[in-house]
Amino acid sequence: MSAAPETVRRDEPHHGRNFAIIWAIATAIMVPISIWVVGPHIPPGSLTDDTRAQHALDVALTALSMPVLMLVWVYLAYAVINFRSDPASETIADGPPIRGNSRIQATWLIVSAVVVIGLAAYGTVDLLTENGAGGGQGSNPLAKPSNAKSALQVQVIGQQWLWTFRYPGYGGVETAQLVLPVNREIEFHVTSLDVVHSFWAIELGVKADAVPGADNIAYVRIFRKGSFQVRCDELCGLWHGHMNTTGHIVSGAKFDSWIHATVTKYAAVTKTLPNYSLTYYPTPTRNG
Amino acid sequence: MEAADLPLSTHRTAHPAWRELLSFNVIWAVVFAIVGYIVGHALGNTIAQHSPSQLNPGGSDQEDIAILLGMFGSIVGWIGGLGFFNYPLKRIAGRAPSLHEGEEQGMWRYFKLCTDHKVVAMQYLVGTLFFFFVAGLNAMFIRTELTSSNATLFPAGNYLSLVGLHGTMMLTMMSAGVIGPLGNWLVPIMIGARRMAFPRIESLTMWITVLAGFVLLSATLLGGFPTGWTGYAPLADQARAGIDAYLVSFLLIGIALALVGVNILVTVVTLRAPGMTWNRLPIFVWAMVTTSILAVLAAPVLAAALYMVMSDRSIETTFFISASGGSPFLWDELFWFFGHPEVYILALPGFGIVLEILPVFARKPLWGYRLAVAGMFGVALMSFMVWQHHLFMSGINANLRPFYMFTTELISIPTGVIFLNGFGTLWKAKIRFTVPMLFCLAFFFNFLIGGLSGVFLSDVTSDVVTHGSFFVMAHFHYTIMGGLVFALMGGIYYWLPKMTGYPLNQTLAKLHFWMMFIFFNLTFFPLFAAGMLGMPRRVSSYNASLHTLNVFVSIMAFCLGLSMLIFLGNLVWSLVLKRERASDNPWHSKSLEWQIPTPVPVYNFEHIPTITGDPYGYGLPEAPVVDFGRRGAVAAEAGA
Repeated sequence: MSAAPETVRRDEPHHGRNFAIIWAIATAIMVPISIWVVGPHIPPGSLTDDTRAQHALDVALTALSMPVLMLVWVYLAYAVINFRSDPASETIADGPPIRGNSRIQATWLIVSAVVVIGLAAYGTVDLLTENGAGGGQGSNPLAKPSNAKSALQVQVIGQQWLWTFRYPGYGGVETAQLVLPVNREIEFHVTSLDVVHSFWAIELGVKADAVPGADNIAYVRIFRKGSFQVRCDELCGLWHGHMNTTGHIVSGAKFDSWIHATVTKYAAVTKTLPNYSLTYYPTPTRNG
Repeated sequence: MEAADLPLSTHRTAHPAWRELLSFNVIWAVVFAIVGYIVGHALGNTIAQHSPSQLNPGGSDQEDIAILLGMFGSIVGWIGGLGFFNYPLKRIAGRAPSLHEGEEQGMWRYFKLCTDHKVVAMQYLVGTLFFFFVAGLNAMFIRTELTSSNATLFPAGNYLSLVGLHGTMMLTMMSAGVIGPLGNWLVPIMIGARRMAFPRIESLTMWITVLAGFVLLSATLLGGFPTGWTGYAPLADQARAGIDAYLVSFLLIGIALALVGVNILVTVVTLRAPGMTWNRLPIFVWAMVTTSILAVLAAPVLAAALYMVMSDRSIETTFFISASGGSPFLWDELFWFFGHPEVYILALPGFGIVLEILPVFARKPLWGYRLAVAGMFGVALMSFMVWQHHLFMSGINANLRPFYMFTTELISIPTGVIFLNGFGTLWKAKIRFTVPMLFCLAFFFNFLIGGLSGVFLSDVTSDVVTHGSFFVMAHFHYTIMGGLVFALMGGIYYWLPKMTGYPLNQTLAKLHFWMMFIFFNLTFFPLFAAGMLGMPRRVSSYNASLHTLNVFVSIMAFCLGLSMLIFLGNLVWSLVLKRERASDNPWHSKSLEWQIPTPVPVYNFEHIPTITGDPYGYGLPEAPVVDFGRRGAVAAEAGA
């Protein structure tokens, strides 16, 4: 790659420079496209603080991957076009016996190390400043929102094959309906009664595995009213694909009236439930 | 080092057919396996009747003790029927055992214990390809079901069994898919040896790998299993008896992988020919060495975890049941401690094949040889430090997530090195666009997409969206199918003429390549979008808004399946029907395996050769590679 100038034939194009120019042009085209054309369409939207963090990161990663993508694709195309053997030739011609170049190798290692360490640092800061970005943080969260104390606690209970929800702030009432207030910090406590499930509300940007005997906490703050899908994201047996429900986001006042009506409606049922607890230990059965 | 004057009187005449039938072979293995199952099953039922179970009513057809003991009985019967106990029993009895088994010519050696590494490699190739096609057929069924957004074609349980069979069979068979056929065939020849260090263990790993495939298929007779290839507990504790087949099958594969690893490591350390210094070792052999290190260290962990599930299911331990003091996290940790090195067991052989083939068709030395070796060791070492990124959402200690995010992103440095090696080799090269070369170039195209999507998954914030979705599924199909399977296909088109003595049809091969490349990308690239739009893995019904996308993907997947049929047709046409004679070195390679006659004699080399250079001396016409000794040189002159 770094052949001495006198060994370069006069008619041979300057491959290194040509490739660098093409790569730079391709990158200059693809990065803006990835940010402003593709970027706005990347899921999962802007309904909550979590999805905004996820969207911003995915756009950034897409833009950052363009130089790498172009490096490889442009290089492959350049090599395939320029470095081919003469198909008409009967004899097999060899290329130059270059066995390496320590400067290029060192540069490659240093550049990739810098990129990787930068990515990891960015990811860590992102994770801490965005309250765990909606992912399940286990029972002892590393990244808590500042107003975690006043957050609405909602327990998500997975079992084969449905979701139920308990509101410990309201006497531990349990419903099959997930209703959440807008503009209030919400603290999900996800657990399971039988096998491992995963609570996934893509529009909220929340995903947390429901593990029997474990309490898995995730935070979200929702900005607009509407509805969202809840799915199971961890294979949990026969009707895994049908473990869906629809959740609703309503105003604070509407939430208050809904929760009080629900508490009254299920008062008799709530008395028969086990006391609210972060985990439950049912007896294992085999019902496959 | 082996004595150079080992007697070559190996062309013993084949026995008459009736004697072959009566000797230890696969027919007896099947008979004894059936007998073993019956005996084990009866024993298990007896045990169960005397120990009433909380989970299982005694004596039902779902009695796990009976089924597991039956399977272990059939393993013993299978191994015994093939004659693997003869050697140790003769040793115990103080009699001299045969050191060369099944090495005579003829078809029979393919159906029994054979200590010729080339025969074992061909058995491996047929076995793994058979299960590769079975698992591919399962994928076609899965895509057929997904042409509808509601479960219509298969009952839910059958669909999950198909998903589990596809995943488990592909993972197990493809982790043996390179190291088995190509590793066993090439490693001894590439290092100038006549055999593997442990020929009997080599044969044993092949036969238990094939048995594992059939045991896994038997899950369909036991009601299937609902866990996918990850076998998450406590779902695995709860599932019906089909999961026992998954457990035993995966256990066999774990044992086979560990044994293959030991065999290859010892072979490379002890049996290298004079002059085969570590600096001259072909890069493919380095890939096999690093893969073997992973297999030896990771597979026993899997075996232990599987054993725990078996005992949970049969003798009612509670390793994974939280109500009784166990933990589902235990399975997660043990499984992924194996599972992540496992995906590099699937990646490193691909790196080795690609970097081995590129110099031949670039007509240039491998660029940055030492860096490539360091990169492979870097990947191997680091693959043990990243497994918890599979558990980012599972509720592990939150403090661990930044660390595993960092290590996961760090592993892209040694992986990126492989790209640099490939690109340095292509620089100012004289590329010949043969079919193996096309597969190698496609490897870089595909593996890049797999790698970049991996960066999205490694970042916890982004992983919240993509974890467990079709995005992950597309990601690992880009790395395993786009990476390993493309490299394996390149390797098959490259080495099979040497292994069989018959060249493959190049027109069909080119058609296969272009169809596979185009339809692979059209199948899996849209699935990144499906995942980001909220489609979880392993579901048979999904949001109706994703219907069009899934129908498109299914049609592309069927075309991808068709390209595999072209490959199969090419194998049958070229190897069974046409059977032209392959020349000794059709690709004009400088590597050692191409310097010996086709077909390769039973003991590979008449004399142990002396290695005089590395196999990448392109551009230096006089660069010596090997000295076959005086008699070899005379033979070469006579041939010329």
